[in-house]
Amino acid sequence: MQAQQDDVAVEATRNYLTEGFTLWSWLRTHDHKRIALLYLVSITAFFFVGGAAATLIRLELATPEADLVTHETYNVLFTMHGVIMVWLFLIPSIPSALGNFLMPMMIGARDLAFPRLNLASWYLYLGGGIFTIAALIAGGVDTGWTFYTPFSTLFSNTNVILVLLGVFIVGFSSILTGINFIVTVHTMRAPGMTWFRLPLFVWANYATSIILVLATPVLAMTLLLLGAERLLHVGIFDPALGGDPLLFQHLFWFYSHPAVYIMVLPAMGVVSEIVPCFARKRVFGYRFMAYAILGIAVIGFMVWGHHMFVSGQSVYAGLVFSLLSFLVAIPSAIKVFNWTATLYKGTITFSAPMLYALGFIGLFTIGGLTGLILASLAADVHLTDTYFVVAHFHYIMVGGAVMAYFGALHFWWPKISGRMYPEMWGRVAAVIIFFGFNLTFFPQFLLGYEGMPRRYHTYPEQFQVLHLLSSAGASVLAAGYLLPLGYFLWSLLYGKRAGPNPWQATGLEWQTPSPPPKENFAVTPTVTEEAYAYQPATSAQVPQ
Amino acid sequence: MNTGFHLLPESASTAAASLDHLMLALTLLMGIVALAVTVLIVMFSIRYRKGSSADRSHAPTTGRRIEIAWTVVPLLIFLGMYAWAAYDYMALYRVPPDAMPVFVVAKQWMWKLEHANGRREISELHVPVGQPVQVVMTSQDVIHSFYVPAFRIKQDVVPGRYTSIWFTPTHTGEYALFCAEFCGTEHSVMRGKVVVMPPRDFAAWLQHGSAEPGIAQRGFDLFRQYGCSGCHSAGSSVHAPDLHGLLGRTVHLQDGRTLIADENYVRDSILLPKKDVVAGYAPIMPSFAGQIGEEDLIAIIEYIRRMEGETGGGNAGPAR
Repeated sequence: MQAQQDDVAVEATRNYLTEGFTLWSWLRTHDHKRIALLYLVSITAFFFVGGAAATLIRLELATPEADLVTHETYNVLFTMHGVIMVWLFLIPSIPSALGNFLMPMMIGARDLAFPRLNLASWYLYLGGGIFTIAALIAGGVDTGWTFYTPFSTLFSNTNVILVLLGVFIVGFSSILTGINFIVTVHTMRAPGMTWFRLPLFVWANYATSIILVLATPVLAMTLLLLGAERLLHVGIFDPALGGDPLLFQHLFWFYSHPAVYIMVLPAMGVVSEIVPCFARKRVFGYRFMAYAILGIAVIGFMVWGHHMFVSGQSVYAGLVFSLLSFLVAIPSAIKVFNWTATLYKGTITFSAPMLYALGFIGLFTIGGLTGLILASLAADVHLTDTYFVVAHFHYIMVGGAVMAYFGALHFWWPKISGRMYPEMWGRVAAVIIFFGFNLTFFPQFLLGYEGMPRRYHTYPEQFQVLHLLSSAGASVLAAGYLLPLGYFLWSLLYGKRAGPNPWQATGLEWQTPSPPPKENFAVTPTVTEEAYAYQPATSAQVPQ
Repeated sequence: MNTGFHLLPESASTAAASLDHLMLALTLLMGIVALAVTVLIVMFSIRYRKGSSADRSHAPTTGRRIEIAWTVVPLLIFLGMYAWAAYDYMALYRVPPDAMPVFVVAKQWMWKLEHANGRREISELHVPVGQPVQVVMTSQDVIHSFYVPAFRIKQDVVPGRYTSIWFTPTHTGEYALFCAEFCGTEHSVMRGKVVVMPPRDFAAWLQHGSAEPGIAQRGFDLFRQYGCSGCHSAGSSVHAPDLHGLLGRTVHLQDGRTLIADENYVRDSILLPKKDVVAGYAPIMPSFAGQIGEEDLIAIIEYIRRMEGETGGGNAGPAR
């Protein structure tokens, strides 16, 4: 009976999901919320393809010998894993899916500034992504996601050019999304929505967009130069033609280090929304938080050489890049301290989004601190290109960015779908992911310190115990990632109705119905107070 | 080589001892910070959970003073860490004058090593304990990386240039040598070992089975064979720069630049002679690119370095 009444209610409500039911209505939509869902579906698909590659890698590494795949296949697998997870999952995950959905609502707008461009970005992303994966699978590219020369230009007899082309196309999707976000934040804020009333999620995505627009073209140029050398034998990176292989590394990391912040800044934005909501308290030091985001974005452009301390670059360059890398950690540290201080004297509940957010703070802290160990010059000489680095960046990207992504999905799922996910399952999955993650990646710090090089298909026996632990953790992690896929789909049909604001949160996005109507707000809201006006002592209502 | 499971890596060089101290300090410091954050989060989560009776009056939402404190204090600690690690890093590039040179040519997927007396090895390096050793390396194909975990040293090996690093082994034994930069299909089997021997055993090993001439002698032969001596000798009628005492000397170039001649300069002058033309000389030298292999190039450069000995003296090993 209850279900029947609910179904009637669905048809009665006019919202963005009921604007059209045909595939065509989705493929030519200009609604930022529908485009966000197109991203969400494609990103999820790519995530599981990249995850499958990781599963095979961990399976192979359970023993020191080569017993599951050949050397060639192993090298293809870690290349696939890296390329897919970096460019097709992590970079677009929070900005393109959740940012797309939420940013216009958070600033009180009806859409992004350029809705058609937004759809074009998705087509570029999807087309480029499918092209990249097809080229990876057909041509068995074995260069790693870093494409270091001269291996990639002269020695790898694979589809390098086609994969570069795919990544190049996906890059344009990033640039267009970045421009769209920047213009939207500048021109489409509701009356009264001043810069220092913006939610930190908007600040984070704004800073991310600036990095996308400034850094991605450098990647595009670098990939073109690589293609020119490989196809036309123009000497740029190859010493035999008068080029310099280190030049490639400089150009590549000039993009790829800021890319780390493209992945982690939006995650910080997510955590800055979730923690105040579940602590029922204004985020501590709002202005410092906003400045820290901008600080990270700016200094993040000046630390790329810390990937090259043993590459043969000048010792003095190493000294400068090391110092700057320590400096970029300061704003990140500020953010961790401020989230912690937000909890102080709050009224805290522990729904699934909060569990993910707290998990993020812990894992991101470990990732950041081990990053400082790697920024320490003499330590990096021993640790670089070992599993210590692998562990470090997975703590930032999986422990950090992916945890926040899942936290965001749970937090805004009621808004996106109009339904609640099953809370108990949400908490179980969060705990499984947290433990699975640590079991997978903590042993890798030890492996690295003992000297296990990365990108090794076979390895000396002494490393097997730790590799086994890591592989065992990976299977736990895989189970943790499959769970939400199941219960999110389940909740679409059977989930409890969410109502406009199930968390009693303060953002503008919670003031419209769930799911929101096509135009987001019937009347453009006027903003009269700052973000995060949570009042713990006096609030009558706290989230379930 | 200890092949069983152990939590901490072996430590067998002077650099390893100081790196382990640094790592211990860093790990403790990081551990304390991580623990402090974790304890605070757990404490607040319990104390201020919904329904608890904890006092929540005057909850702060900003605090200029404390924010400045937790910006400045980490900054000072970070600067200390930076200085310590940078100091140790600089030491890795200050080669002791008595370092014994070893020349390394890496290729997919093996290490080719040559001692100054001409004794060659493949993917094995024998060295005496207690003696500083400098490896001078280049690659025949892609980028590799010379990594001996027990010594805590690593240096990328780059085609088209020489890179180098040094170490002083402190314990005899066999230690793993890894390629640490992904170099293609069989990257993970590009492994070898470093055998650290008592000095007397090493001296015996070095003499044993070395039928080849010393590396500089071989360089001398190549210098004649490729016709270098036709122009670069005192009695030549061709106007070409004198090579005596070249390495370490300041060279003025045609286009106004000056540089200090090192191995990379000599290498470029042989392969890309138009790149750095010496002031006062016509660019008439032909390129030898594609004609001289990496090992022979190293030998020729070593011969040119010894020419330094004929006029000015200097150390036997490569500078820097």
